[in-house]
Amino acid sequence: MTRWMLPFVAALLAAIATVALAQELKSLRGDLGVADADRAPAVSGVREAGRYDRAYRQQPPLVPHQVDKYEVDLKVNQCLRCHDWPNNVRENAPKVSETHYVDRQGKRLDQISSTRWFCTQCHVPQSDAKPLVDNAFRSALERR
Amino acid sequence: MPDNGNANGGRRGLVAILCEAWRAFWSPTARISLGALVIVGAAGGVMFWGAFNWAMELTNTETFCISCHEMAQNVYREYKGTIHDANKSGVRATCPDCHVPKEWTYKVVRKIEATNELYHHFVAPSIDTREKFEAKRLQLATNVWTAMKTTDSRECRNCHDFDSMDVSMQRSRARTRHLQASDEGKTCIDCHKGVAHRLPAGAFNAERELNETWGSGRGRTQ
Repeated sequence: MTRWMLPFVAALLAAIATVALAQELKSLRGDLGVADADRAPAVSGVREAGRYDRAYRQQPPLVPHQVDKYEVDLKVNQCLRCHDWPNNVRENAPKVSETHYVDRQGKRLDQISSTRWFCTQCHVPQSDAKPLVDNAFRSALERR
Repeated sequence: MPDNGNANGGRRGLVAILCEAWRAFWSPTARISLGALVIVGAAGGVMFWGAFNWAMELTNTETFCISCHEMAQNVYREYKGTIHDANKSGVRATCPDCHVPKEWTYKVVRKIEATNELYHHFVAPSIDTREKFEAKRLQLATNVWTAMKTTDSRECRNCHDFDSMDVSMQRSRARTRHLQASDEGKTCIDCHKGVAHRLPAGAFNAERELNETWGSGRGRTQ
């Protein structure tokens, strides 16, 4: 191979690679150009249940109802309307764990610790959405 | 004193004029026929009545409500996007649907009460800034909750009627609670607070207090 051929060979290889990659690579949004608008997937509704089982010991309990209309901001946390003691008695709702009434220094509080204010950081509702990628997750009970 | 004398004289003159006007108003007319009086009176009455109701309906629109910045910048912004503003069927409940009674008598009473709101807008602005509004939010919200409790959520029930509610079409959680509420004689606002507007800080303590003092304070048993 003479020296002058090198750039042409390189360009040819690059072209083949690009075509091959373009055919093989497919992102989760499908075979779409970067600039193309994707079609939004259907919104799956929130599943209602009595109560979800935990999948492992430390799992924050899942929320078996819709929460999207609830106001959680600087002033108000609407989750606490039912789940904070003593309201949970009236509403017959699960009580927020006592671990949420302890501040950073370990001092016990009579209202929920500000570090625990945003419930949905850990506690989430469940929808019927199918996983986009296969995974091998098994609950702690299944693995015993 | 000359000043006093003048003032007294002026007042006496005014009283005399008023007495004269009163007498003229009640004395029979000598020139106009009874027919003309009746026709003009009736036509005037119809026109007055129409104009009165027209003006009242004019103040019963969303456009009128949000012509004040207190409403447009606070409660209306919060209402935008809630279920009463945008939903799958496109049926809307705007400000007066919830906050002004439909029935004429109650509507007029509410309109008279609204003069207080005019006072707080024009004479002694009490919620003309966001900060002032937030500071007063709990009081204002409690006023509305109390009013709705008093009327057994009349304005909600213009659309949401327990008798027409097909609970079998509701999700299990809602079904249980609605049947329970119906049996216990509860009213919509007892639970559905902050549906169309943001809640004030301390809302749930206020709610508890309101619900627990209700039976004793007003002789209403639940």
